[in-house]
Amino acid sequence: MNFKYYIWVILLVSSAVLLCGGQTALAQESAAAAAIVPASGPLEVIFFWVLAIMIIGSALWIALTGSVVRMAVGLFFSFGGVALLFFLLQAYFLGVVQLIVYVGGILVLVVFGIMLTSSSPHVRYQVPRMELATTGLVSLLLFMVLGHVLYHAPWSTTGPQLPVSMNELGRGLLTDYLVPFELAGVVLLVVMVGAAYLARQEKR
Amino acid sequence: MFTAIGLTHYLLLAAMLFCIGLWVMASKRNAIGVLIGVELILNASNINLLAFARYSTGGMNGHLIALFVIVLAAAEAAIAIAIVVNLYKNFMSVDVDKAATMKN
Repeated sequence: MNFKYYIWVILLVSSAVLLCGGQTALAQESAAAAAIVPASGPLEVIFFWVLAIMIIGSALWIALTGSVVRMAVGLFFSFGGVALLFFLLQAYFLGVVQLIVYVGGILVLVVFGIMLTSSSPHVRYQVPRMELATTGLVSLLLFMVLGHVLYHAPWSTTGPQLPVSMNELGRGLLTDYLVPFELAGVVLLVVMVGAAYLARQEKR
Repeated sequence: MFTAIGLTHYLLLAAMLFCIGLWVMASKRNAIGVLIGVELILNASNINLLAFARYSTGGMNGHLIALFVIVLAAAEAAIAIAIVVNLYKNFMSVDVDKAATMKN
């Protein structure tokens, strides 16, 4: 019961975020035409906190739940939140790629993996509570160290930059980044053959 | 701190996501759970790259490196799922602790 309400609330919030994100993008595009880069407006601040809560909340849910199906649902909200965060960072192409590859590809792959490897969908792999607490404590300590360093480091930041256009990205892929681009193609081919080889039916 | 969003906010969010990913990776017994932890960590790295692309003068480099990270994450997920399916065929379970027989 609670679970269903949670999904509806998240769906509502994310559609509202998408709607208003489009409006801010339009507003900022007209500002860019006047060659002025706006500072973070109040809308951006609200979206950042909503998305941060969504991402971190679903990631914590993944960490604490025992069922793999629930982990996949949490992963959906986490990936979706990161994609919306990319839109907030004005990386529009990357946001779309994140949605297509992660939500449309990797998540489906994970769900297939869950279906192929569990005799029942609600199989639980129990983790000893003590172990969960120890690993959580170690992660928390690491976060405290990282957070301290990140907060006090003197980053040489400029203001928000203008968004990178897709035209620039495509040009970059075929000039400066041509070799990594081709290598990525080779890697994907090898992965396709390798995955088919690994998952084939053994003849005995 | 709560009224203006800057580079530090994104970096702290990414650090938190990284640490939770590490926690998931370390504490899950299910091989697919471990894979989910890896994906969370890769997402955290992408948030970092794009935050620096937005708030400092890197131009499009951050975007393109994030693109390659996504490509490699997809490749890694495909191979990992194939290995997990193989593991399940051999052990009838995806418990990572039971897959220690290669030590013999």
